[in-house]
Amino acid sequence: MEQFLGFALPGIPFGCTYAIVAVGLVLTYQATGVFNFAFGAQAFAAAFVFTLLTQNEHWSGFPAFLVSVVVMSPLIGLAFDHFLFRHIPNSNAMAKVVCSLCLFVGIPSLMPVIFGAQNLDATATIFPFFNPNVVYFNWFETPINGIYLSTITVTVVVLVALTALLRYTSLGLQMRGAVESRRLVQLDGVNSRGVVAIAWATSSFMAGLAGVLLAPNYGPFQPNDFATLMVGAIAAAAWGLLRSVPIATGVAVLIGVVSTTLKGYLPTSSFLSSAVLPALPFFVLVAALLILPGMRTLDLSRDPLSTIDPPPPPTAAASRAPQMDRIIRSAWWVLLAFFCVSMLTWIPTTWEAAFNAGLALSTVLLSITLITGMAGQLSLCQGTLAGVGAFTSAQLAIHLGLNMLVGGIVGAALAAVVAVVLALLSLRLRGLGLALMTLAAALLFDSTFFNAVSISGGTEGLNLKAQWLGTSAFFNFDGHALFILCMVVLVLAVAVVLLVRKGTVGRNLAAMRGSEMAAAGLGINLTKQRVVVFALAGAIAGFGGVLVTIQQQQANMNDWNYNYSLIFIVLVVTTGVATVEGAIQAGIGFYVVTQLLTYLPGRFGGTSLVIVLFAFGALQYARHPEGVLEFQKRRSTLWLEHHLFDRDTGAVGAPLSTSGADG
Amino acid sequence: MAEGTPLLSLLGVSKSFGGVQAVSDISFDVRAGESVGLVGPNGAGKTTLFNCVCGQLRNDRGEIRLEGRSLEGLPTYKRARLGIGRTYQKVEVFTDMSVREHLLVAERARRGEGRLWKDLLNMSAPLRAELDNAEAIMDLVGIGALADTSVNALGLGHCRLVELARALAGQPKILLADEPSSGLDIHETAEVAKVLRTVQRESGTALLLVEHDLSMVGEVVDRTVVMDLGSMLATGTFNEVMDNPAVRHAYLGQVGGS
Repeated sequence: MEQFLGFALPGIPFGCTYAIVAVGLVLTYQATGVFNFAFGAQAFAAAFVFTLLTQNEHWSGFPAFLVSVVVMSPLIGLAFDHFLFRHIPNSNAMAKVVCSLCLFVGIPSLMPVIFGAQNLDATATIFPFFNPNVVYFNWFETPINGIYLSTITVTVVVLVALTALLRYTSLGLQMRGAVESRRLVQLDGVNSRGVVAIAWATSSFMAGLAGVLLAPNYGPFQPNDFATLMVGAIAAAAWGLLRSVPIATGVAVLIGVVSTTLKGYLPTSSFLSSAVLPALPFFVLVAALLILPGMRTLDLSRDPLSTIDPPPPPTAAASRAPQMDRIIRSAWWVLLAFFCVSMLTWIPTTWEAAFNAGLALSTVLLSITLITGMAGQLSLCQGTLAGVGAFTSAQLAIHLGLNMLVGGIVGAALAAVVAVVLALLSLRLRGLGLALMTLAAALLFDSTFFNAVSISGGTEGLNLKAQWLGTSAFFNFDGHALFILCMVVLVLAVAVVLLVRKGTVGRNLAAMRGSEMAAAGLGINLTKQRVVVFALAGAIAGFGGVLVTIQQQQANMNDWNYNYSLIFIVLVVTTGVATVEGAIQAGIGFYVVTQLLTYLPGRFGGTSLVIVLFAFGALQYARHPEGVLEFQKRRSTLWLEHHLFDRDTGAVGAPLSTSGADG
Repeated sequence: MAEGTPLLSLLGVSKSFGGVQAVSDISFDVRAGESVGLVGPNGAGKTTLFNCVCGQLRNDRGEIRLEGRSLEGLPTYKRARLGIGRTYQKVEVFTDMSVREHLLVAERARRGEGRLWKDLLNMSAPLRAELDNAEAIMDLVGIGALADTSVNALGLGHCRLVELARALAGQPKILLADEPSSGLDIHETAEVAKVLRTVQRESGTALLLVEHDLSMVGEVVDRTVVMDLGSMLATGTFNEVMDNPAVRHAYLGQVGGS
């Protein structure tokens, strides 16, 4: 018994770390209707600033706490609300998820851009509450230090305060009303904007508090630590259906206790200990998504006024006049010919490499066009599926000497199989539920398969050998042959996507995107369509992963972690998720901007600023769900039509039509 | 189908949500080509019954048969392919699609088509017969002029007609129309009623109509079923049920008199 308690008790403060974040997620969702993926990123930002002030600027703990948690964090929350989430209709679940993902990706990248690269170690930080380096007492042979005491105390205080706020105050009641329909509670005389702003400020304060409290657990600063923490917290919040603070807290503590207990009993070098145990929070999350019916209906808008929102505007291609369409199509062909000739003749090697990388990445991104743009399904694991293809073909080359491209077909098939399994597991999930399931899958692959040296080669990765392409004498990795290979694969992938779009499956997917209920009522088998689109998108992502591996001459786990899956979404959403050219522009744009930024000095030269730029471009999804680049294209096209053909185009930039639902 | 077998049979159908009995022991038939009205106050369980028939909800008890065949366990899409068409109380159109595309989707969905390999070989272009059929239905419903218009640009009245045309493109044996006049003005309601009568007369499709506009129901249906609080209150011709004191009390809040 004593041994059990010795293993289990340390799990309580460990679980409390999940609980603080889980409760923050519940509060944000309860009060704003937004599942705040950026919560971990906000926690990271507060901890980063706090540690920066205490270590580099030698501030004492309390003023640093005031600045980073009491002032900065709520201001960030207010900014989120004012500039972003306030403008997203309650019924647009996709926009809310995408925008919080953009913040999740953008904020950690923004910190080194603002403050420069820092080597911060939070274990040495000056703590505002108990001293983390002092053991205050022992409990069943478990040393209880300042971190433990701070975490448990803050968890209890937060739990009591939030439960009281949501259940027993008029502000809490107004928050619960505002999350259903801001517009409706306004009609009752409630200042819903103020209520929601307070909710954002409070939840952001909690994020900051969690960040500062948890940072000493991790030591050297890594944004990834906060992301992994998020999974446990998301799992706990999910079991509380994103509504119950006590259940979320209980499950979070339970995850902590089970983790430390299993860790204590399992042999340290066993497979269960090294692979399964880290994946425990993912299994808890997946179980919640599969078991709880409430997780399937998270996105159902209960806003009675949702029908007054206009439909998303059409794409530029769909709205332009036939004459303009012919001109633009011709211009594209001319541009493509010019690009190909240039790539094979005069473009410098560094730029040629950037374009080749962009073309390879574009193939991966096309899978997002298919699954999200055409089918309306938000998958957060397309990078993982690309990794499945990449590692499969690399392993087949290593062990069987198989040509990478032939192995790539096997890899694409395996990625399609993984995608089908995911599709079958998430048949009843939509929107946020599906996003969480696919994110859990991505993180599961990161901590298990991609983390195994025998599969991914560990941190060093698997280096590509020229003979694996079967053309060692001819093939030049950085040269024209790679360009031709990338172009051929990309053209094939584009052809597949376009043929599917204009075919019966594409029309069925469009119908599903419009109304699943009506689509099923016509005789469309939704399960089959979902499986088909997941499989096809998985295969395209898988082969795209092989192409990227060939281009980079290496298959590395760091290139396919969950973060890249999210970044890929951000890239495509910025340029236009509904169009094929959106994926190509995103892929090439990412590397072109990265290459351009290398001409800038110091900290502006890395990929961080590129990610920040795309993330903040993608935030425009709230106002322009067709993509900010697509919006600009449509605006320019309308302007040109107005001046060239004297076509009456109405208000430039405004939606071309009104909702059919509100008459 | 054996002679005399009803097209659609509901035998003691019940459905509850937690402690709320939404539909309780409902039994009635609809014969081929017949037009039946299903009326009742809000919360009577009409739309829940429709959802049970379509398979969007599973009934707790009872049985639903189409042409004598039990629909038990069949998913929505299979019921649709057997010949159950539906329009919705809250209009459900496919945003970004043109009117014609709505009908083409319905045509192929009815036949269960959608082979990926055909799409990849560019063999999925609409056939002449499919286009002609779509034209004929759009003309029948009176939206031929809107064939290439995106539904995003249509008002509610036209969207309801698109829904109706889409359902007819699936060549249903029975059409379940859920409050087709909801949100429409008096002229648009008259237009929808006219279309429903024309459709029934020309295509012989049976009709089960949920509607609050009693004048429209009286104009369109052969027989009326009245529901209240999940139960069946009365059945008969429109005039018969409207004269029923229990119906007047439940549905109109009146007892006796007119």
